Amino acid sequence: MEHKHSEKKMNVRLKIWRQEGPKTPGKFEEFSLSDILTDMSFLEMLDVLNEKLIHEGKRPVEYESDCREGICGTCSLMISGQAHGPNRGATTCQLYMRSFDNNELITIEPWRAKSFPVIRDLVTDRSSFDRIISAGGYVSVKTGPHADANAILVAKDLSDRAMDAAACIGCGACVAACPNASASLFTSAKITQFALLPQGHPERSRRAIRMVDQMDKEGFGSCSNLQECEAACPKKISIQNITIMKQEYLKAAIAADFRAGMGSADGGA
Amino acid sequence: MSDETIKTTTGGLNSGVPGGPLAQKWDNYKANMKLVNPANKRKYSVIVVGTGLAGGAAAASLAELGYNVKAFCVQDSARRAHSIAAQGGINAAKSYPNDGDSVWRLFYDTIKGGDYRAREGNVYRLAQNSTAIIDQCVAQGIPFAREYSGELANRSFGGAQVSRTFYARGQTGQQLLLGAYSALMKEVDKGKVELYTYHEMLDVVMVDGKCRGIITRDLKTGKIERHAADVVILGTGGYGRIYFLSTNAMNSNTTAIWRAHKKGALFGNPCYVQIHPTCIPVSGSHQAKLTLMSESLRNDGRVWVPKKKEDCTKDPKSIAEADRDYFLERKYPSFGNLVPRDVASRNAKEMCDEGRGVGETGRAVYLDFKDVIKRDGKAAVEERYGNLFDMYHEITNENPYEVPMRIYPAVHYTMGGLWVDYSLMTTLPGLFCSGEANFSDHGANRLGASALMQGLSDGYFVLPYTVTNYLGTHSQELLKKVETSHPEFEKAEKEVRAGIDGLLERGKAGKRTPTEIYRDLGLVMWEYVGMARTEAGLKTAIQKIKELQNDFDTNLKLTGDDQFNKNLESAGRLGDFLELGALMAQDALARTESCGGHFRVESQTPEGEAKRDDEHFAYVAAWEYKGKNNSAVLHKEQLIFENVKPSVRSYK
Repeated sequence: MEHKHSEKKMNVRLKIWRQEGPKTPGKFEEFSLSDILTDMSFLEMLDVLNEKLIHEGKRPVEYESDCREGICGTCSLMISGQAHGPNRGATTCQLYMRSFDNNELITIEPWRAKSFPVIRDLVTDRSSFDRIISAGGYVSVKTGPHADANAILVAKDLSDRAMDAAACIGCGACVAACPNASASLFTSAKITQFALLPQGHPERSRRAIRMVDQMDKEGFGSCSNLQECEAACPKKISIQNITIMKQEYLKAAIAADFRAGMGSADGGA
Repeated sequence: MSDETIKTTTGGLNSGVPGGPLAQKWDNYKANMKLVNPANKRKYSVIVVGTGLAGGAAAASLAELGYNVKAFCVQDSARRAHSIAAQGGINAAKSYPNDGDSVWRLFYDTIKGGDYRAREGNVYRLAQNSTAIIDQCVAQGIPFAREYSGELANRSFGGAQVSRTFYARGQTGQQLLLGAYSALMKEVDKGKVELYTYHEMLDVVMVDGKCRGIITRDLKTGKIERHAADVVILGTGGYGRIYFLSTNAMNSNTTAIWRAHKKGALFGNPCYVQIHPTCIPVSGSHQAKLTLMSESLRNDGRVWVPKKKEDCTKDPKSIAEADRDYFLERKYPSFGNLVPRDVASRNAKEMCDEGRGVGETGRAVYLDFKDVIKRDGKAAVEERYGNLFDMYHEITNENPYEVPMRIYPAVHYTMGGLWVDYSLMTTLPGLFCSGEANFSDHGANRLGASALMQGLSDGYFVLPYTVTNYLGTHSQELLKKVETSHPEFEKAEKEVRAGIDGLLERGKAGKRTPTEIYRDLGLVMWEYVGMARTEAGLKTAIQKIKELQNDFDTNLKLTGDDQFNKNLESAGRLGDFLELGALMAQDALARTESCGGHFRVESQTPEGEAKRDDEHFAYVAAWEYKGKNNSAVLHKEQLIFENVKPSVRSYK
């Protein structure tokens, strides 16, 4: 945790991306705020800005947040060029003004990626992530009676590693941070979770093929191992997951039984 | 409002709990329910509003059965419903630790924890379903915490003397929700669920006495839409955000259930609110929300305040052991720091009222991990609670491994909600309500790790049966499809349209933003309808809410247009919160006893514990909406205890 600033109050200068809608061109607009408390969260500072704008009769800046405790993955701001701002392992909503200098110029942009079109201002459409999950990010069990939970034993270290991957909050910072706008970290986290757990094994091949194909179809770029995603990830998801995803995909793609039994990757079974 | 204006009726509310011994009621229901054959299931459509545990699980399970499901959520993805923020765990009567647990024990703990204000039949079914939930979640690949043996790990939560809580680090809600979300997306992939994200339900549509659809607003474009179906399920969560500051998410709201209430669904026990004891204290007037520190921390953390007032401002580490008052351990030796939430919260408030609170505002108590770090080492504590400690550190700028945490109660959960019968159907035929949005199962106080249990029980294991029974029972009528061109849809859409246009129009002229009025409402609710309620205070609240309602009606300031506009959304929700606030105060005023989270100062024991009045108040208060300018009418569902004897709830 950094503490650049010890006084209780500060002034900020903001350069914020404004864009009316998905098809209109956007531009930066500058604002300044004084007497911002250093103990405020970054989003509370933006709340203050919006109250001011409404009183001035102007349209407030649209940005999203929900849980404001770093778990829902809704908040998604590119802050002075860094996804979720300067602190590692934290979401935008977990960022506090004490991390900035007095009078610092802070640039705020939406996630920039072709597959995340802007809805308005700082809000983007991330439904492409939902479609990747829909293509196989699950174990296809139905609701109903199952074997007793302890009938499936999972080694603690494997379970812990699966949990590390499952901790992904689907915010999209990995895409925003990647120069290729690749969704590899997001996709690989889900593939890895299930590759490590016995419950995921029956659909392992099908899952890897379909999710990776969907990721490509959505227009996300390829991974060139730049590691920006891991650095930006608020949950510190490891890029080792991407290695596992590539192995899973390769294994699945060359597996004869997959081709024989399930037809083309797109068609499914 | 005076007590005399409250009209009451006692008849007409049928809980529909099946007969037979407690343990066989749910089996009896299933044995007698109507079924729908697979070919006919394809002819029915179900609308599910909300994609958290209660909504998402129901939508996925009903789609698996063959129904055509439309699922709606206000978030940009179904994966972000507020269930995601639940930290500590989920209860189940698996009795893996061999420590004396059973379905009966979980039932008993839940009924007692709810201060004997819940239905026996519902709670027993919940306890029965609990074990199947864990099996279901493990089958889905949810990475629960495990022992070195490869088996599942358990921990303890408040209000129980057994370890029955299953968990996934400090993010159990996230993992369970991602399980339900995955199941839902699997059905989206199959084409059995149509998913509508960024859609807010603004009304339910009744046709010939049955709920046949909803009106929604597309939050991206502002478009008002009509959706028809044969059944509507609301799994839209609780209304704790009425306090403005709470641990609930920014988008959590009461709009869906409140609009259904205004269409005729009775509202059960609106005044039952859970104030969670372990939250990070309020630090200033700029705050938008509060952060919960999981109850699981009370497994190992010890709660204390200084014995002497003059020590309150000192460095806590400098205060000698003999000068610390571990007040929960002192007053409740059997349960100690693991007393239920309502008891823990009230005691923290009492310590601060006595002048022994700590921190800058004096409204906080310590939660200290010194002893467990000494006993088990820092690494063990880090493994158990690492993410929670990091979260605390980020927010407060203090390191809880070195300095005790400062905590204070905050609004966290609402036990009240739409009244539902045993089948989870509201008083509007065809409108069901599940999870936190309904009033059932938790009585006047919810035990920790039981919210996730209830949401998933309702969604996975109750609604698939009861919705089928409803469709099977009314098949003749429901197989005649209702079109969205029906005049009732037309009318409902017009009203919704007029509401939104009205806000935008009024908003041009007024002076106060939605947030400003909302903050004031929150302060009124916290002060007068919070942890300690009095007759005078509740009457003050009703008066002050009226003034705020007037502000909202005549002096609202809004900018922006009818497209993506968070402030417009917020204004619409605030309008519903204002009306609900008045009802909560009215309900709290009518219930002159104390029970669970509802503490009437006038009704307490000499030791300051909540004093119930079973003779006069062993009922569910179900309120009927009678129009904006009329008082709501109280209906009572008498609670019948055949298996447990309501007794003084003691954790000493």
